[in-house]
Amino acid sequence: MFQANPEEQESMSDLPLRAQMAVALGRTAAKMSRLAGRGDGSVIGGRIGLKLDPELLTRLARDRNLVLVSATNGKTTTTRLITAAMTPLGQVATNAFGANMPTGHVSALAAAPDAKYGVLECDEKYVPMVLRETGANVVALMNLSRDQMDRAAEIWLLAGKWRKALEAAPDSHVIANCDDPLVTWGAATAKSVTWVAAGQHWREDSWSCPECGGPLDREGTNWACRECSFARPKPDWILHGGRVTAPGGRTYELSSLQLPGRANRSNAVIALAVVARFGVEPDVALPLLGQVKSVAGRYTTVEHEGRRIRLLLSKNPAGWLEAFDVLQPAPGPVALAINAQGPDGRDTSWLWDVDYRILRGRPVWATGERRLDLAARLEAAEVEFTLVEDIEQAVMAVPPGHLDVIANYTAFQDIRTRYGRVV
Amino acid sequence: MSSNDSIKIVWVYPDLLSTYGDQGNCIVLERRAALRGIRTRTVHVRSDETVPVDGDIYLLGGGEDRPQILAARRLHGDGGLHRARDFGAVIFAVCAGYQLLGTEFGGEEGQPVQGLGLLDIRSSRGQQRAVGEIVGDVDQALNVPRITGFENHQGVTHLGPGVKPLARVVHGIGNGDGHEGAYQGHVIGTYMHGPALVRNPGLADLLLRWAVKHDLPPIAESWSERLREERLRVVLG
Repeated sequence: MFQANPEEQESMSDLPLRAQMAVALGRTAAKMSRLAGRGDGSVIGGRIGLKLDPELLTRLARDRNLVLVSATNGKTTTTRLITAAMTPLGQVATNAFGANMPTGHVSALAAAPDAKYGVLECDEKYVPMVLRETGANVVALMNLSRDQMDRAAEIWLLAGKWRKALEAAPDSHVIANCDDPLVTWGAATAKSVTWVAAGQHWREDSWSCPECGGPLDREGTNWACRECSFARPKPDWILHGGRVTAPGGRTYELSSLQLPGRANRSNAVIALAVVARFGVEPDVALPLLGQVKSVAGRYTTVEHEGRRIRLLLSKNPAGWLEAFDVLQPAPGPVALAINAQGPDGRDTSWLWDVDYRILRGRPVWATGERRLDLAARLEAAEVEFTLVEDIEQAVMAVPPGHLDVIANYTAFQDIRTRYGRVV
Repeated sequence: MSSNDSIKIVWVYPDLLSTYGDQGNCIVLERRAALRGIRTRTVHVRSDETVPVDGDIYLLGGGEDRPQILAARRLHGDGGLHRARDFGAVIFAVCAGYQLLGTEFGGEEGQPVQGLGLLDIRSSRGQQRAVGEIVGDVDQALNVPRITGFENHQGVTHLGPGVKPLARVVHGIGNGDGHEGAYQGHVIGTYMHGPALVRNPGLADLLLRWAVKHDLPPIAESWSERLREERLRVVLG
C-alpha cells in the first residue's frame, strides 16, 4: 500500500484524490530508483505521476509563483542562481539536477508541496507546453544557438514556437537577453518584457534577421536589420564587464560571484533581473549568488593524486567558446573528452564550428568515445595533442597541479562519476 | 605538381548556409592543398555581397528552410555562381545547398521553390526525416573510395537525365531511391551534411584535382583516415 506521509497529505489536501495518489506513487518510484542507484529518480517519478494524472503539472503549479528558465546554454546554472537568490522569499521548489522536461517539473513541484515559489529549468522545446500547463509568472530566455542538430529542432523554428506560446500567455512576464537577436525575436510577442543586455559571444547563428531574413548590422553592442524595422530593444538591465547597471541607473559589482567567466556573469544578470521582479533587490541577491560555487558538478574542482582537476561542461560551439574563456592561462594543460551518445547528439559535425587554435602551445590530451573525431579536428587546427584511451591516462600524465577538463554531456558524467559525484 | 598552383576557395553565404560544421570543408581543402604546396585563398561571401566569378572551388553548406529559400533567391539574382560554373569552377554543396542547386526543392510548407538549375535534380519534402550515418559506393567514373558521413534531412531527391548519382547507398537513406547525391560536370551535391570532406579525403582530393587540373601526389596518412576507418567499421560492422 502506497501512502503519502501525514504532513504531505495535509499540505496537498487541496489536490484531488487522484492527483494525491499520482504524487505519492511517483515519489515512491523515485525513491526506489534512488535506492537502486539509478540517478536522482526525478524522471521516473514524474513519469509515473503524469501517467496517473495527465493534468498533474497544472495542478501542482496552481497558486505558486513560478519561473521558467530556458536557453541553449546556461539554463541549469541560471536556475540554480535564481533559486539561491530567491531564498529570502521562503521555500523554493526547483529541478536542480537538470531534469528539465515535464516529468522533472512534476517531481520538483511534488517534492516541495509547501513551496510558494518555484524555479524550473525548461528544455527549449518544452517551453510552450510547460508555459501552457503551469501559467508561469516569469519566463527567462537567455540564448539560442546551434545544438545537437540530430535531435533538436532548428532554432529559428524553436523561436517561432516561443513567439506563439508567449502571445497566448499575456499574464506571463518575460525576461530576455536582448543581445541575442533570435531570443529577442522569440520574446517579442510577449505582453510585457524586461530586456537584459546580458551579452552574446557566439554570433554565428545571428547574421540574418529572424523577422525578414535581411542582413543584421552590428555596431558595438547594438544590432539592427538593414531591411526591416527589427532592432535591438533598449535594455533595462545592462551587463558591462564585471558590472551591472540596474533599471534606474544604479551600478553593482559582480566581483562576489564564485562561478567563473563571462557566461556566468550573463547568467547572474539574468538572475538579478528575475528576482528583482519578485522584490529581491540586487543588494540582497548578490551575496546569495556568491554562495553558488558549482552547479551539478560544473566548475567543480576534484583532487586526485595531487592533481586539481576542474570539470567544465561544454555541449556545443557556443559553450566551448565560454569554456575557453575560463581556462587557466596558457600553458596550463587541458584534457578534452568527446562522446556522441543520445544526450550528446550522435553527430560530431559541430566540432568543426569550434575554433581550437586557441589551445595551440598548451599540453592537450584528447579522449572520449569519439576521440578520433576530436583528433582529426585538432590536427586540422594544428594543435599538438596526445590521444589517450581514458581520462585517467591524461590525469596521470600531467605533473601534479591544475588540469582543466572540458567534456560534453555523457563524457562529463563519466568523468564526474569516476572522481566522485561532488555536487 | 607545380608549386605555382594557387586556388581560390569561395564559401558561399555562410550567414545563411552554415548550420553544423560546414566550415570544416574549407579547412580540409585548405589543409590538403597546403600539404602539397598549393597556395589557397579563401573568401567568405555573405548574402549581401556579390559572388565572385573567379573562384576555383565554391562551397555551399546546409541551412534551415527559410535561409535556404533566401539563399536560392539571392544566388539567382546574383548570377555569379552560374557564371563561375560556365568558367569551369568546381562546386561542392551539402544538404540544403545540394537541394538548392537543383531545379526545384520543397519549402517550409512543402511548397515547391525554384532552385538554381545547376544540377538536373528535383527535391521535395519526404515523409520522414533521415537522420544518421550514411555510407555509399561512389560512381566508378570518379575514382573515389567509399564515402562516409552523417545525414540529417527530410528531402527526397529525384535525379534527371543530366546528372549521375554520386554514390550507391550502402547504409542510410540519401536521395531516397537507393542513391546518394549527384554530380554533373564539376558540380557535386550530397546529403552528407556539414564537414562532409573530413571523413572523405578522397572526395576532397577530387575537388582539388579538378581545380588544379592535374593529378596530386598522395599525402601521409592522417587522423582523418583513422576516423574514416573507425566510422566505416562501426556502421558496417
